Amino acid sequence: MNANSFDSSKVTPLGAPVRRKEDRRFITGKGRYTDDLARPGQTHAYFLRSPYAHARIRGIDTAAAAAMPGVVAILTGHDLAADGIRGLICGWMIHSKDGSPMKAGYHPALAKDKVRYVGDHVAVVIGETLNAAKDAAAAIAVDYEVLPAAADLGSAQAAGAAHIHDDAPRNTAFEWELGDKTATEAAFARAAHVTTIDLVNNRLAPNPMEPRAAIGEYDAGDESYTLWTTSQNPHVARLVLSAFVGLAPENKLRVIAPDVGGGFGSKIFIYAEETVCAWASKRVGRPVKWTCDRSEAFLCDAHGRDHITHGELALDGQGKIIGFRVKTTANMGAYLSTFASCVPTYLYATLLSGQYDIPAIYCEVDAVYTNTAPVDAYRGAGRPEATFLVERIVEKAAREIGQDSAEFRRRNFITSFPHQTPVILSYDIGGYAASLDKALELSDYANFPARKAEAARRGKLRGIGLSNYIEACGIAPSAAVGSLGAGVGLWESAEVRVNPTGNVEVLTGSHSHGQGHETTFAQLVSARLGIPIDHVTIVHGDTDKVQFGMGTYGSRSGAVGMSAISKALDKVEAKAKKIAAHILEASEGDIEFKDGHFTVSGTDRSLAFAAVALNAYVAHKFPTSEIEPGLKEGAFYDPVNFTFPAGCHICELEVDPETGTTEIIKWVAVDDFGAIINPMIVEGQVHGGIAQGVGQALLEGVRYDAEGQLLTGSYMDYTMPRAGDLPSFVVGMTETRCPSNPLGIKGCGEAGAIAAPPAVINALTDALGTEDIPMPATPATLWKIAQGQIARRAAE
Amino acid sequence: MYAFDYQRPAGLDEALAALRAGEDVKVLAGGQTLLPTLKQRLAQPSALVDLAAIPELSRIEHGPYFLTIGAMARHAEVAASPMVAEAIPALAELAGLIGDPAVRNRGTIGGSIANNDPTADYPAACLALGATVVTSTRRIAAEDFFTGLFETALAEDEVILAVEFPVGARAAYRKFRNPASRYAMAGVFVAARDGEVRVAVTGAGQGGVFRWNDAEAALSADFSPAALDGLTLDPSDVMADLHGSAEYRAQLVKVMAKRAVAAIAS
Ligand SMILES: Cc1cc2nc3c(=O)[nH]c(=O)nc-3n(C[C@H](O)[C@H](O)[C@H](O)COP(=O)(O)OP(=O)(O)OC[C@H]3O[C@@H](n4cnc5c(N)ncnc54)[C@H](O)[C@@H]3O)c2cc1C
Repeated sequence: MNANSFDSSKVTPLGAPVRRKEDRRFITGKGRYTDDLARPGQTHAYFLRSPYAHARIRGIDTAAAAAMPGVVAILTGHDLAADGIRGLICGWMIHSKDGSPMKAGYHPALAKDKVRYVGDHVAVVIGETLNAAKDAAAAIAVDYEVLPAAADLGSAQAAGAAHIHDDAPRNTAFEWELGDKTATEAAFARAAHVTTIDLVNNRLAPNPMEPRAAIGEYDAGDESYTLWTTSQNPHVARLVLSAFVGLAPENKLRVIAPDVGGGFGSKIFIYAEETVCAWASKRVGRPVKWTCDRSEAFLCDAHGRDHITHGELALDGQGKIIGFRVKTTANMGAYLSTFASCVPTYLYATLLSGQYDIPAIYCEVDAVYTNTAPVDAYRGAGRPEATFLVERIVEKAAREIGQDSAEFRRRNFITSFPHQTPVILSYDIGGYAASLDKALELSDYANFPARKAEAARRGKLRGIGLSNYIEACGIAPSAAVGSLGAGVGLWESAEVRVNPTGNVEVLTGSHSHGQGHETTFAQLVSARLGIPIDHVTIVHGDTDKVQFGMGTYGSRSGAVGMSAISKALDKVEAKAKKIAAHILEASEGDIEFKDGHFTVSGTDRSLAFAAVALNAYVAHKFPTSEIEPGLKEGAFYDPVNFTFPAGCHICELEVDPETGTTEIIKWVAVDDFGAIINPMIVEGQVHGGIAQGVGQALLEGVRYDAEGQLLTGSYMDYTMPRAGDLPSFVVGMTETRCPSNPLGIKGCGEAGAIAAPPAVINALTDALGTEDIPMPATPATLWKIAQGQIARRAAE
Repeated sequence: MYAFDYQRPAGLDEALAALRAGEDVKVLAGGQTLLPTLKQRLAQPSALVDLAAIPELSRIEHGPYFLTIGAMARHAEVAASPMVAEAIPALAELAGLIGDPAVRNRGTIGGSIANNDPTADYPAACLALGATVVTSTRRIAAEDFFTGLFETALAEDEVILAVEFPVGARAAYRKFRNPASRYAMAGVFVAARDGEVRVAVTGAGQGGVFRWNDAEAALSADFSPAALDGLTLDPSDVMADLHGSAEYRAQLVKVMAKRAVAAIAS
């Protein structure tokens, strides 16, 4: 079946590669992004940003700037405070080992007395035009007392380091632990072999295609605000801005996230600029618009990853893993961003068991402030960091004890389910050997040595690398995350509104910003109700339309968002059956619903779905004292467990020792995502994820200098993956259906980004014969390593 | 961007007059360098004189001794030109390696050499092939034209009209791209003619594009990749940055030079 064979006027079955409904709009330029919107009378905001990583603000003189032409207002942190606007929050409470709560340094939307990273917000100029605002910003005189910066993660906790937040000694937000320390120590005491590893998980800039943007508009008539913004979760934005920041009561704040062009996590968070646009619109009495430019995005969008980790793996005499000990230092940047604290903790350490049966695990994480941009969730969030560590140390352990690394993994796999790991999670189902076997076969693993030898004859260093990743997705059971410190529940809501003519609107709390929900969600409804897919409209991203929702991240929209839709569809079907029974003069129990028709079983008496819908609204033929008119049902779905997508990726590559260039020759991805609604969209998610993972491994890396100046502030210096950097992927699937949700879905959005980095680095370490290869493994880095290896071999 | 006046004259005389008419008037060619500079408010010209409406500036001509490329010829035009492919195929190949399709469709040879970015590609071809830059007032040998980082021999109100490349050399260009920007980390243009070999290097020199004299001497004696084996650039003359040390760039220059020689020899 190919994507073209589907006709939108037809019912679309689950599992069919239906073409994305939304793409016509996007590729013909008809998408409506926040920056496309213009509100009557709108003004333009420009943020004056700190040029220093760390400085005290002695004074801000705006007088000359305010007198310049086209300036509507210049506002500072003092104005925010005067209006009672509170700081931005981190919504996940983490407690340190000693029981003390995390030390969340105050995070005002506009700095008052201190700036803590280059790009920190000092003032906002609101102008008739953006140019007028920029001109005036250049005329603001800020009296800075420049302070030494603590820009380097490795030394930020040291005694002499600059002190970023008064209430966070040693620049440490928390010192957290997970697992059984005593049991883990006992395992190491009886280990036959211990493998150790030291890794840096490099800092990444998220780089969605659409930069962030916002328009705030205050309506003095009903004293309410509307905020159009590039959000992955508009309801959460409204909740935070209302309940914590104190902008306006929830019923007086509407947040609309129209078309959003990618997020990768970076648009989950509630940032200074969006907050200020909403607030300032009341101050100036006109709409306030801001669109981030790419340079600002590099400075201020929350970055991802940035860990320094030491790991130790204990093996018994038979090569069985018996213990795993981890110490990680996680960079938080200058402030705790909205979900920053859960990323290096509950989204990280809980995955340290990987696909392996490890009886004892102990992990310590220090979360550390530095004078750099805040760090928060980025595609995979914590799970790529865990997988990188697990898959690197497992690979290294296998090599050290002289076992084939595929075999070593297989011997340590978890094989019976459910499986309780020592780090909270209970894996419900999986088939790790099946993915491994299929990936080994597709990659022709057995004949790799011959290919390596052939490459050597051409002067190339060829390597192969495995990555058996697992992730916890479908986040998450509300009570479970609540017990771990989350400030919110992580259910999802849906409302299915059937119109009298039988077409359907689905309101969902999930938010599509590239994932294709308008297609997959509609496909589910089409298949379930037996109506054409173009009779289904998906509504999302507006707090006035959708009652509440938790948004899209953590590969949760299929497993959680669609489960909510499925639940609402159950209710629609149940009610429609009641109505059909009255019209068909049969008992409800005799009505069957199949292929879009309600039929009295064993007869040919039948009604199409649309006919029942019409009857539901006309309400002539059933007792409205028993059955309410109309056909509209809502549901909230709270997952009972995380879902556990897993799989095996194999990367085969060649390094040119003359230049250090890496060419990826072949990439095999075998993933178990549970049930699949639309394989074309799933494959697209896998491709994009691998591209970002390869980006992390070979190309991308945010760099600051010792003074905290950003060195990689544009595409001239920050390397994004390009099509030419990637091979054509071989994508295979294995399937174990998720037992905990009605559709059997596990999720697929982050898998590639999680799986890819260790696959690449394991292949490079294989190719170069050293375990010490940092990310990004740029040509310059690999050339140096290759020269070192050649010299070492010559000396031997 | 700051406000500026914009003019699009249809003839060269008009353009030259416009350039002399005000303070800080600038020529606009493809805008691939100039416009980002303006957008970032790093320059504030009073006016831009766009050369795009002057047809004779984008001509490409192939005579018996010279290939002449008009200053406004876009990189994509040079890359796709059958005339260039016939006269100096290495030059067409070089143009096809610049930036991405959008950049190649806008960017011009005149803009590129006027800008003299130390990592740009064309300057290497100009030096190695012994090109002459034809301007509104004179003819300048490439040797004399590129004077330093982003510096050229051009006067304020002087406009490049064309670049004249002598034909008949065997030539090849090998470029190692900066992984982020795709400009050259090391670009080496080798041209051999009647026993004379010229090797021009871009992307690596502290002072911009330069000729690698030792390599030229070695190749004049023995035109083979192995002739370069014993040579290395002095790292103290080589650029170092985030993307690579001086030692690494020196290595890349050598590898690219060997590959260019191998391409010509085969
Ligand atoms: C994303 C990107 C990637 C790029 N990659 C590469 C690359 O790989 N290799 C490479 O070599 N270049 C690269 N470039 C630069 C590109 O080749 C541009 O063409 C070049 O920098 C300038 O040419 P332009 O026609 O755009 O000139 P403009 O930007 O219009 O002008 C540049 C300067 O030259 C002056 N000028 C222009 N024409 C004349 C003239 N006829 N006489 C006198 N002065 C003149 C202008 O006044 C201005 O000062 C890249 C650019 C971008 C944006």
